[in-house]
Amino acid sequence: MTIDWFFILEKIVLISGVLAISLVVAMYSTWGERKVAGIIQDRIGPNRAGFMGLLQPLADGGKLFFKEEIIPGNSNRFLFILGPSLAMIVACMTSAVIPWGDTLTIAGHTVSLQIADVNIGILYIFGVVSLGVYGIMLGGWASNNKYSLLASIRAASQIISYELAMGLSLIALLMMTGTLSLKEIVEQQRHDGWNVLYQPLGFLIFLVCSFAECNRTPFDLAEAESELNGGYHLEYSSMKLGFYLFAEYINMFISSALMSSLYFGGYSFPGMDSLGLAPNLVTILGTAALFIKIICFLFFFMWVRWTIPRFRYDQLMRLGWNIMIPLALANMLITGAIVLYRSTH
Amino acid sequence: MGMSLQQIVFGVLSIISIISALGVILSKNPVTSVLCLIVTFFTIAGHYIMLNAQFLAVVHIIVYAGAIMVLFLFVIMLMNLNAEIEPQKRNWLKYAGAISGGALLLVLLGALREADVTPLQPGSTDIGLISNLGKTLFSQYVVPFEVSSILFLSAMVGAVVIGKREA
Repeated sequence: MTIDWFFILEKIVLISGVLAISLVVAMYSTWGERKVAGIIQDRIGPNRAGFMGLLQPLADGGKLFFKEEIIPGNSNRFLFILGPSLAMIVACMTSAVIPWGDTLTIAGHTVSLQIADVNIGILYIFGVVSLGVYGIMLGGWASNNKYSLLASIRAASQIISYELAMGLSLIALLMMTGTLSLKEIVEQQRHDGWNVLYQPLGFLIFLVCSFAECNRTPFDLAEAESELNGGYHLEYSSMKLGFYLFAEYINMFISSALMSSLYFGGYSFPGMDSLGLAPNLVTILGTAALFIKIICFLFFFMWVRWTIPRFRYDQLMRLGWNIMIPLALANMLITGAIVLYRSTH
Repeated sequence: MGMSLQQIVFGVLSIISIISALGVILSKNPVTSVLCLIVTFFTIAGHYIMLNAQFLAVVHIIVYAGAIMVLFLFVIMLMNLNAEIEPQKRNWLKYAGAISGGALLLVLLGALREADVTPLQPGSTDIGLISNLGKTLFSQYVVPFEVSSILFLSAMVGAVVIGKREA
C-alpha cells in the first residue's frame, strides 16, 4: 500500500489553516465587539494599543497568560481543568465539516477546501454541539460554588431546550435539500438560489437558536452578573477563564459560518459561474464571499448584544418551548407538504 | 506483522471501552462514573463506524452522550452525591451482585458461543449509510418504526402529566 503523502500534507495544512483562522477571527471578534459596542454607545472603543487599538487582543491574551492561576481548594482539580479544555476542543471541532471553499487545482492535484466531506455532516455538527454543554456543566460543578452550579445548570437546560427547535428547523431544510452533506447543500444553492428564500421561517428559528446555543445576549442567562455574580466561570482565572471566553467567540464564528453555508449560499455568490475567470481565482473569490457573509453575521451577533436586554429565565424557557418548537414543527409540516406536492405533480 | 489497520483500531477501541466500562462501576465519584460512561459510548460509536454504520454512530453520540448523559449529570450534580454521605452497603449485597452478574455473563457466553455470525450482505460497505437505512426503515420496517414512535409519544405525554400534577 502506498501512502498518498500529498493527501496527508494537504489535510495537515488545511486543518492547521482552519484552526489558525478560527483563532485569529475569534481574537479579532473581541476587538470587533468592543469597537461595535463603542460605536453603538457613542464611545470610541479601544484605541490605545496599536493603530485603532488593533493590538488590543494581543495585549489581552498576554495579560490572561501572565495572570495568577488559582484553583479553588475545595474544587475537583481534574474536572476543574477539564471544563475549559472541553469547551475549547468542542468549539474547534465543528469547523471540520464546513466547506470553506470550492476546489483548488495545485500542480495537477485537486484540493478541496473542506477538511472532511462526510455524508452525515449536519448530524456531526449536532453531535458536537450536543457535547458543548459538558464543558460548561463540568466547569460549573467542579468549582464547588453555588453560583457557578446554578449558572451551569441554567446554561445546560437552555442549550438542551434550544437544540430541539434548532434540530426541527434543520429537518425542514434537509427535507428540501435531500442531503446531509454541507458541501452538497452549498452546491445546490449555487444553482438554485439561497435557501433562505425557501426557508425564511426555518432560518429565523435557526438564528434565534444559534444565539441561545452560543450563550449570547439576549440569552446569556448563564452569565447574568446581576443575579449570579458572574456565571459558570466565576471561580476561573488566568487562561482557563480565557478559554471559556474564547470558546464563545469561536462558537460565534462557527455558527456564522454554518448559517452562511446552510442558508446564504456558503462560498457561492451570484454570478459566480458567468465571470469567465480561472477556476482557482473563482474559488478564492468564493472563499472571500463566505468570509464577508461570516463577518456580516458576526456583526449582527454584536449588534444584537448591545441593543437588546437580557430575557428573564421563565421568558427564555417559554420562548423556547412554547413558541420556537411549535413554530419549527409547523415549518416542518408545511415544508413536508410542499415537498410531497412537488414530487407528485 | 499480521495485523491489518482495522484489527489494530478494533483492538485499541475495545481496550479503551473495557477500561472505561470498568471505570463506570469501580469509580467512587458518581461524576467520574458518568464521564467514563460517556467515553464508553464514544468507543462504541467507534465500533459502529468500523461496521460502516456512520448514521448509527453519530445518532448514538447525539442521543446517549449528548442528551441522556447530560440529564444523568444534571441529577447527580443537583443531588450532590459524594463519598461522605453515601450510605454504606452491606458486604453480602456486593457478593450477591457479583455472583448474579457473573451468572448472566456465563449465560450470555453459553448462548453466543455457538451462534453463527453471518454478515447480512457480504461485501456491502454502504449498508449503514443514511439513505439505505431510511429506505429500509420506511418500507420494510415501517410498522415497528411507527409503533415505537407512538411509544415515545406516550412516554412524553406521561412525563408532562406527572410534571403538571406537581405544579
